[in-house]
Amino acid sequence: MAKVKFEVPELTGEIAIPGLKEDAAAAVKSHNAPAKDMTDLGFPTELVPDWKEKAVAKFAELLKKYRSLKVFMDICVKCGACTDKCHFYLGTKDPRNMPVARAELLRKVYRRYFTTAGKVLGKLAEAEDLTREVMEEWYTYFYQCTECRRCSLFCPYGIDTAEITMAAREIMDTVGLGAKYPLQTINKAITIGNNLGMPGPAIRSTLDFMEEDVKEQTGVPVKFPMDVKGADVLLITPSADFFATPHVESLAGYAKVFHQAGISWTLSSYASEAGNFGMFNGNYEHMRKIAGRIKVAINELKPKRLIHGECGHAWRVAYSFWNTLIGPFDSLDPKYPAPQHICEFTYDLINRGALKLDKTANDDFVVTFHDSCNVARASRMGNSPGGQFEIPRAIIRATCNKFVDMHPDTIREKTFCCGAGGGLLADEIIDLRIKGVMPRMQAYKAVKDSHGANFFALICAICKAQFTKVFPYYGYEMEEVGGVHQLVSRAIVLGGKEGI
Amino acid sequence: MEFSLLTIIFSLMAYGAAVVFVFGVLCRIMVYAKTPSPLKIPTTPAPTTTFGAMIRVLSEVLLFRSLYKGNKWTWLGGVVFHWAFLLVVLRHLRYFLYPLPAWDMSLQGIGIIAGIILPIAVLYLLMRRTTVDRTVFISSLADYFALTLIFFIAGTGLMMKFYERPFMVDIKGFVYGLATFNFSAVPTDPVFLVHFTLVMILLAYFPYSKLVHAPGIFFSPTRNQADNPRESRHVTPWSPNLT
Ligand code: SF4
Ligand code: SF4
Ligand code: SF4
Repeated sequence: MAKVKFEVPELTGEIAIPGLKEDAAAAVKSHNAPAKDMTDLGFPTELVPDWKEKAVAKFAELLKKYRSLKVFMDICVKCGACTDKCHFYLGTKDPRNMPVARAELLRKVYRRYFTTAGKVLGKLAEAEDLTREVMEEWYTYFYQCTECRRCSLFCPYGIDTAEITMAAREIMDTVGLGAKYPLQTINKAITIGNNLGMPGPAIRSTLDFMEEDVKEQTGVPVKFPMDVKGADVLLITPSADFFATPHVESLAGYAKVFHQAGISWTLSSYASEAGNFGMFNGNYEHMRKIAGRIKVAINELKPKRLIHGECGHAWRVAYSFWNTLIGPFDSLDPKYPAPQHICEFTYDLINRGALKLDKTANDDFVVTFHDSCNVARASRMGNSPGGQFEIPRAIIRATCNKFVDMHPDTIREKTFCCGAGGGLLADEIIDLRIKGVMPRMQAYKAVKDSHGANFFALICAICKAQFTKVFPYYGYEMEEVGGVHQLVSRAIVLGGKEGI
Repeated sequence: MEFSLLTIIFSLMAYGAAVVFVFGVLCRIMVYAKTPSPLKIPTTPAPTTTFGAMIRVLSEVLLFRSLYKGNKWTWLGGVVFHWAFLLVVLRHLRYFLYPLPAWDMSLQGIGIIAGIILPIAVLYLLMRRTTVDRTVFISSLADYFALTLIFFIAGTGLMMKFYERPFMVDIKGFVYGLATFNFSAVPTDPVFLVHFTLVMILLAYFPYSKLVHAPGIFFSPTRNQADNPRESRHVTPWSPNLT
């Protein structure tokens, strides 16, 4: 299928720790952002003449604003525990994709401008001037990090390279060095309201289409409401759910669950995006602006509950940051968590016996579940730690007869990223994405061989897009990729309201 | 009472190092404490209460829980090294305390064993650092310096214990004198002088190097934050409120 031939890692079912291959990924670069997006977002369109001073000043500002950055710059002891944990190192073999080496790119500049030893001793204290070359290195390797936090899990000090990547990107943006895919996405989300740049009427017409489709398939008039004032639930979901495959299948799942539960719900055309790429580039204001649209939608539509669709980083922003960014949610019904994940919602209904699920509808499938990294390591579902692992699995088990987990070192908190989060779902770096997904593919291959797994269940819009794209490179069908609520959608028995 | 030049030099050095150490560490702690954590970023699954988060931090400090997940061999070396180091330091409190409390008395025996283990642990860590290609790549002068310094401190200490045996009472007199501003002459045993100097270098080096990981870990937001963003609103000090 591919025009360009890439070196696709061989599938063995094992994840081997490779030897170092310096500069193996040095040539992989995201495209620069167009001038228009840079300007719209308040950044210079190209490297400003006094970029060095500006960059150091921005760095200083961030060090004062974020304890994480400040502490993480200081306390790494180079123990090496993180060196074999990043999917990009495992996939590309490039030593600068080892989390500590990635962080070191920023740290050496930190030492030069912000520590006495670095100022006095220079290279001897591993300090380095901020030069064009260093900045290029930043651009390369800080756009080879999906901010998945796998490194932070294993670090004795919890050093989270994601925080460091975010800071580096923010510094680069400020001096005029931005990457196209994340910044364009941020711009669309701020100005149009969703990452795909789709206006409200376009969304409405796909929703109409879905209503017809579901009616045709099931005979039941399941509604896909938008901009309904006073609905019980406001659903915020990634815009990919409206247009992309297999994302739409999960949207159908949500709609059927609401229908069956007899709970009125609505989407918002103004806040038609759960995703928040503002986080990826470390810009607090962008993140707040994108989330701010949801606050407006709440004020306008006056829902009682706020429910969130299937998306990994978006759930991180929603769960961990919304209350800070756009809270408090005083107008919502305090009986329910705000926001609530659609999986929490469905799980609750299943537990109360409010949904009738026919597992045999999914008998064609041997299902396995990919814990999205942002859900696994940066958020929670349910009331106790780790609910984010149990709840989606419980839903899957309730909707199919055959479920198998992948190798324990590759799931739950130790899950491997899909290789395209963090603003890396860009076409020009497909080579990197193919290599980054390698550890996950090995784990999938293993359960394919042992259990015949053939359905790869997800709760993340980016994961869905990435896996449908890379599966064929590895020789798998993209139809094997789907959402957890896609399984729900297939299994749910509509009609004969049983109430809640 | 007259003091030799040597005593004056060593006394001044000790005070200098102590001031640099205390001042440096306090400064670091102040900066960390003052810098805000604008967002909730615990690495999850995380405890949902502040108390739980405290336990989590303690489990990192005392047991190196995350490192255990990360690399069992490094964990082994790290735990042995740090515990041995702690016991050796506690054993040395006898130079500062008079009369010697019973608990410190009871630590003397195990302190010696720890003193023997310490350089072995350092060698083990050095070996790991220099044999795994990934750690070779990330290691720098500073990493070797810290380990080497501690190795020689432990080595000279053991030499005094098992080989040279300078007069203990003199050492205690000198150190205790420094601590209580009741000065007495520095012992002239060369091994002691080297040992003492290296320790002072370590103290002064501590706040300005990666060794600040010791106080730093308590401030790591991914470990010390409770996972309760939905239950209690985390307010950002520098962000405006929305309505
Ligand atoms: S695990 Fe943490 S302390 Fe160890 S090298 Fe990696 S970032 Fe540094
Ligand atoms: S956050 Fe993820 S992608 Fe980034 S360095 Fe760590 S493990 Fe690699
Ligand atoms: S797309 Fe999924 S796996 Fe990839 S970074 Fe986002 S949450 Fe993680």
